[in-house]
Formats: sequence, structure tokens, C-alpha cells
Amino acid sequence: MPFDAAAYEALTDHEDDARWAYGTGFADPLAGVPTAVPDDVDRADLAAYCLMLGDDALIMSHRLQQWVTRAPELEDELAIANIGLDLLGQARLLLTRAGEAEGRDRDEDALAYLREPAEFRNVRLAERADADFAHLVARLLVFATWRLALLDRLATSRDPVLAAIGAKGVKELTYHREYAAGWVVRLGDGTDLSHSRMAAAVTAVQPLVGELFQPHEIEVRLALSGVAVDPSTLRAEFDDVLTEVCRVAALPPPAPAAPAVTGGRDGQHGDELGAILAEMQGLARDVPGGVW
Amino acid sequence: MSAADVVGRVTDPELPMVTLAELGIVREVRESTDGVVVAITPTYSGCPAMEAIRDDIVTALRGAGFARAEVRTVLAPAWTTDWISETGRAKLAAAGIAPPGAAPRRGSGPVPLRLGARPADVTCPRCGQLETEQIAAFSATACRELRRCPACYEPFEHVKEI
Repeated sequence: MPFDAAAYEALTDHEDDARWAYGTGFADPLAGVPTAVPDDVDRADLAAYCLMLGDDALIMSHRLQQWVTRAPELEDELAIANIGLDLLGQARLLLTRAGEAEGRDRDEDALAYLREPAEFRNVRLAERADADFAHLVARLLVFATWRLALLDRLATSRDPVLAAIGAKGVKELTYHREYAAGWVVRLGDGTDLSHSRMAAAVTAVQPLVGELFQPHEIEVRLALSGVAVDPSTLRAEFDDVLTEVCRVAALPPPAPAAPAVTGGRDGQHGDELGAILAEMQGLARDVPGGVW
Repeated sequence: MSAADVVGRVTDPELPMVTLAELGIVREVRESTDGVVVAITPTYSGCPAMEAIRDDIVTALRGAGFARAEVRTVLAPAWTTDWISETGRAKLAAAGIAPPGAAPRRGSGPVPLRLGARPADVTCPRCGQLETEQIAAFSATACRELRRCPACYEPFEHVKEI
């Protein structure tokens, strides 16, 4: 079939401003949303908290995008891409809110593309590279189960923007968790080989779990004023879900490990994050304001 | 034609058989001497069509003589497939896309964990078979899943309930 130049031009050569999914300078995803911050809330704390939740989604999304063209089946390719896209959307809203609260004139592009690794506040789980597909679904199950519980509570935040992002995200994460759990069950309750690799993947993710429930001082302060969620309150719900999935998957219940890999909320990251940012930020740094 | 009529007739870029009004994403269209303000609610947080939707609304309004138009985002309450109109559902089905059933209702407590097969009661939009099976939880967009009909063997898309 000949290359259909007209179809491509239809996507890129609009006379209007319509664009889809590439480049910088997209419309503010919070355009028209009231930007007020509740009076008694410290703006720097709120900005840092939005960065935590936004960076979790942004970096996890990037890791998921790296699976595109590498997934075992086309259907999973679509699922992983769509989950990554949902998280990217959550990240855009949260980074934009962070920029507003901070008041230093940084938009979502500046925050995503122009920060150094030590300025990223994502949990270490989000940046971990996946050794195989079982590792991916184990990590996604942990991430989605934790974040679903978190955003569900955030839906009652006193910050109306965070509350709205939470309520919206719950609907999306319910599907993400179901997708990951479905694969953990399929592999765990599958062949001897898939069972052993799924069990190994569940074990391998444990050292990254503890950090998810360690409250940062900013989270504690904001939780006291009804803005943030104290992540230590999520542990019981998380454990119940993981135990149930492992039971149905014929896997041993996850053995709690000491939180061995931590510090992400304070900007302490592995070399893995540097590699992610080099890939994610390269074009935006080389071509400032680039539209493509 | 009023600004609300103009906006209501703009079609969705990814589901061009239905209008934005039928999809239930237009929250408000307000005309004043300062121009037109349109409030829309995103379907999914990461929906890449939002950019195109904003642009299509402004272009349509300009084409109808409303030179000044602004599109604002309304995040809460979050969009639900329950807001898709009956006309919209009929158009989706006629185009071979099974419309969503009722959105799930939440009780108190944690979001229930669903393991195993999705419910089968999605009617095949081609042959009317009442029970079909899921092939994949996500399709060309986040808002749709892929299913297959055991009677006519055709695959089809279904707008997921959220």
C-alpha cells in the first residue's frame, strides 16, 4: 500500500491549532479551574505534595511507555499504553497544580522537562526497571493498589483540585489494578514456569513496598489539615488486596520485607531515574519550546 | 443558531458518530457581551482528544460568528458514561460500538477488587446476541474494551462503564 501522505498531513498540517500527543506547550489542563488554595494551607507544602503524586504518575507512565513494542501481545500493548496515558494525564494535572501552588511561574513542561533527578519526588517503585513481564505486572499491581487507595481518600481533600483529581483517578486506577491482578493470577496459577517466575517477581518487588507507606513530614502536616492522605493509613487495605490476589493466583502471601529502597520523596533516586530523564527530557531540552 | 447549538453539534474526534453534547462532556455554554465561555469535562485524565476537542469547539464557534470563545475545564464531578444520552447510545450501537451499561455504584469502604472474567451481559451490536466475551480490557482508546461475539464471531468495541 502506498504511503498515504494526505493522512499524515491531516494529522499534522492543520490550519488551526489542533494537536494530539507530542511536544511541549499544550493547553493548560487546568484551564478555567479555580486556582485558589485554602487559606490555612502552606503553598510550598501543597506544591511539594502535588509533585510527589505527580512524579509518581509521570515516572510510572514513562516506564509503561517503554513496554510499548515489547509487550507479549498486541492487546497488552494497548492496555499498557492506555494505563500509561491515564497516569500521564494525572501527572499533567498534578504538575500544573504544583506550579500554581508554588507561584514561581513553572508550568507542567518546566516541571517535567527541566528538573534534575534530585528534584523528583517519586517513590522508588515508580522508577524501577522491569526485568520481565511478570516483574511489570507485580510492580503495576503494587502501584495501582496503593494509588487507588490513596486517590480514593484524596477525593475528600479540602483542596478542591486534589479532590477532583482523586475522584477522577479512582475510576481509572480501578481498571489498572484489575488488569495487573488478572495477569498475576494468570501467570501465578499457570504453568510451573510461569508460576515460579511470577512468585519471583512478587518477591523482588517487596523491598520497594515499605516506602509507599512511610509518611513524609509534608504528608503528615498536610494530612493534619485535611489536604493530603497519610500513606500509613493505606496499609491494611493494600495488604488485604495483595493477599487476596496471591491467594487466587496460588502464590504464597507476600512476605513483608524491610523497606530497603527508600528516599524517593526526598529526591534520593537510583541511576535508573537519571536514565529515564535523559530519555524523557532530551528533546525538550535540546529544542526549547519544541512542537512536533 | 445559538452558541449552545453550535457547540452541541461538534462531533467527538475519536467517536465522530456522536456529538460532544450526546457524549455528555459539555457542562455549560454561556454567552455574554465578552464572548462565549464553554465548560467541558474530560472523559479520562489523559484523553489526548481533549486538545482537539477544545480546538474544534473554538473553530466551530468562530465559523458561526462567535469571534471570542474560551473553553474551560471542569474537573468535578468527574465524567461518567451515565451522561451519554440515549441518542448517543443509539448512534454508537449503529456504528458497531456497544454502548455502556449503568456505571458501577460504590458503597462505603474500599473499591471492591474484581478478579476473573468481566460480566458477559454486553449485547453484540451486530447480531444482537445477548452474551459476549471480553478479549481485552483496553482498546484503541482507554474508554473502550475489545469483545467478541460467540454467535456471529465478530469482534467489536464496547464503551466501558465508568
